[in-house]
Amino acid sequence: MTALQDVMAEAVEMGHEKRIESHLNPPASYDLADHPVPTGREEVWRFTPIKRLRGILDGEASAAALTRETNLPEGVTLSEITADEAVALGELGPNERPAALAAANAGSALLLDVPAEAVVAEPIVIRLTGESVDDLVWGRLLYRIGAHAEVTIVLVHTGSVRYSAISTFLVGDGAKVNVLSLQDWADDAVHLGRDAIRVGRDAFVKHTSISFGGDLVRMHANVEYAGPGGEAELLGLYFADEGQHLEHRLFADHNAPKTKSHVVYKGALQGQGAHTVWIGNVLIRKVAEGIETYEENRNLVLTDGCQADSVPNLEIETGEIEGAGHASATARFDDEQLFYLRSRGISEKEAQRLVVHGFFNDLIRKVGIPSIEDQLLETVEAELAKNVLKELA
Amino acid sequence: MSTLEIKDLQVQVQTEDGPKEILKGVTLTINDGETHAIMGPNGSGKSTLAYSIAGHPRYEVTGGTVTLDGEDVLTMSVDERARAGLFLAMQYPVEVPGVSVSNFLRTAKTAIDGEAPKLRTWVKDVTGALDRMNLDGTFSQRSVNEGFSGGEKKRHEIAQLDLLDPKVAILDETDSGLDIDALKVVSEGVNRFRERDGKGVLLITHYTRILRYIKPDHVHVFVAGKVAESGGPELAEELEANGYERFLTAAV
Repeated sequence: MTALQDVMAEAVEMGHEKRIESHLNPPASYDLADHPVPTGREEVWRFTPIKRLRGILDGEASAAALTRETNLPEGVTLSEITADEAVALGELGPNERPAALAAANAGSALLLDVPAEAVVAEPIVIRLTGESVDDLVWGRLLYRIGAHAEVTIVLVHTGSVRYSAISTFLVGDGAKVNVLSLQDWADDAVHLGRDAIRVGRDAFVKHTSISFGGDLVRMHANVEYAGPGGEAELLGLYFADEGQHLEHRLFADHNAPKTKSHVVYKGALQGQGAHTVWIGNVLIRKVAEGIETYEENRNLVLTDGCQADSVPNLEIETGEIEGAGHASATARFDDEQLFYLRSRGISEKEAQRLVVHGFFNDLIRKVGIPSIEDQLLETVEAELAKNVLKELA
Repeated sequence: MSTLEIKDLQVQVQTEDGPKEILKGVTLTINDGETHAIMGPNGSGKSTLAYSIAGHPRYEVTGGTVTLDGEDVLTMSVDERARAGLFLAMQYPVEVPGVSVSNFLRTAKTAIDGEAPKLRTWVKDVTGALDRMNLDGTFSQRSVNEGFSGGEKKRHEIAQLDLLDPKVAILDETDSGLDIDALKVVSEGVNRFRERDGKGVLLITHYTRILRYIKPDHVHVFVAGKVAESGGPELAEELEANGYERFLTAAV
């Protein structure tokens, strides 16, 4: 805590300079000139292997699309709107080039509309499937959830493609929204996704990003608040195998008082060249008094040859807050946990298996979508079977 | 039958200043059905003795022997020791997030017995063991030791003792941090275990308080990595009255 307090004290002092824009996230702009092509040396790109983006950043026009399957409960509509309509509805603009390219190239946008006070019992599931990594797909999605509505939205990405998407969740006052984005791509897929959420007054949003598949996946989950009292829980789970690059970038912009953000991302890595990146940025603006934020990233390194980068950043412009903290840990198995289990007669391999399952179960049970949780447990089981369980057997 | 025999045990740990000897020749025999109390001041090496017998990797045995019914314990892995019949109730039980108590207990029981317990009786056994420790039905769905109070952790250790049914139990300061009600519940659990045929208990404690509820056959005073004096229950009474001072002075 001492270290954190020091960080906070320092940050509060720096606040006197009255910065207007955060250095953590560039300002939103639809103008491509504001988002130059990255070289890979920029702070926000330094962890990403640019070459493996397979030319997405060139921004070639493409009319290819993902196959879409959706179940729409009564009252919920899905429609195509124009780019101008998207902006007029309050789309959260792009903060980086891939999102700006998606906005520029997608042509139209998809709007999922959940009317105010609608309580939708079953999850809305949107399945997006790619055909081939030769296809380049630009996606632009808007989710408008009316005031006091309650809804669960599940996005499942499968197949193969080069996909760059800009998504915006506009969450009305007092609404309760649970969003899950599952990246279960084939081995060669590339996915650059930007999810941005505007949390209404006293609204609650849970956003979970789960990445298993794909050659390169780079996801943003950004949160800002339309008024006081909003609460965001950002969860994530990733499992990188040999050669995979899975990157998750979070930004909680506390731009209103008495708002909350709680971030927990957990990942495991196995195999040569498995690389994960987690960047957790939190900005507490001067106006954001009485807020609470906590972010946590844990990585379990299962084999040699993996790399997990984990960078929490906290930028504080007011000290008048309820609480702010972060934790980051990247490690192999915890010796004390293994000793405890083994001292009860459990073999080393079985103890490791229990610890890994526990590591993921712990997060999966927070997702809060029972129909998906079982499927996630199975996927984790299958991932482990690829390598670790085989070794442990 | 169960006999735990510790002979001239010497143990060191690695520190920043190089290896440091903690146990300087401990000799102790726990015969069939006996309860021994080891009492000593902080830093005397009591916990080191417990963890060394259980096989914690931090502790390096440099000399001496430990046998359970004649079998060499020191060459066994941690889990082999448990399967051979040793149990360590820890002073600071470790959290294992995401692993439920129920899953943990079943996995441990299966490992100890070499076969999965019969489902019908097992559920009843677990409920009974938790209930006797005043742990309610929801307890088995919680993650192992995560968010448990100090008392819950200790009661969970004794519930494991009940279910896993080892030959010899080492209780490392199981009484520390317990209020009087929890202390009674834990003591009753240990006493029920002692009533079973031929069970040995090595009770490590800093305080005499628990010895009002668990009556040892032998008491050893542990100072500076060695047994300084052994005797019957009357030795505990002397410690209660006079503290460790006499032994500390002697050790200097």
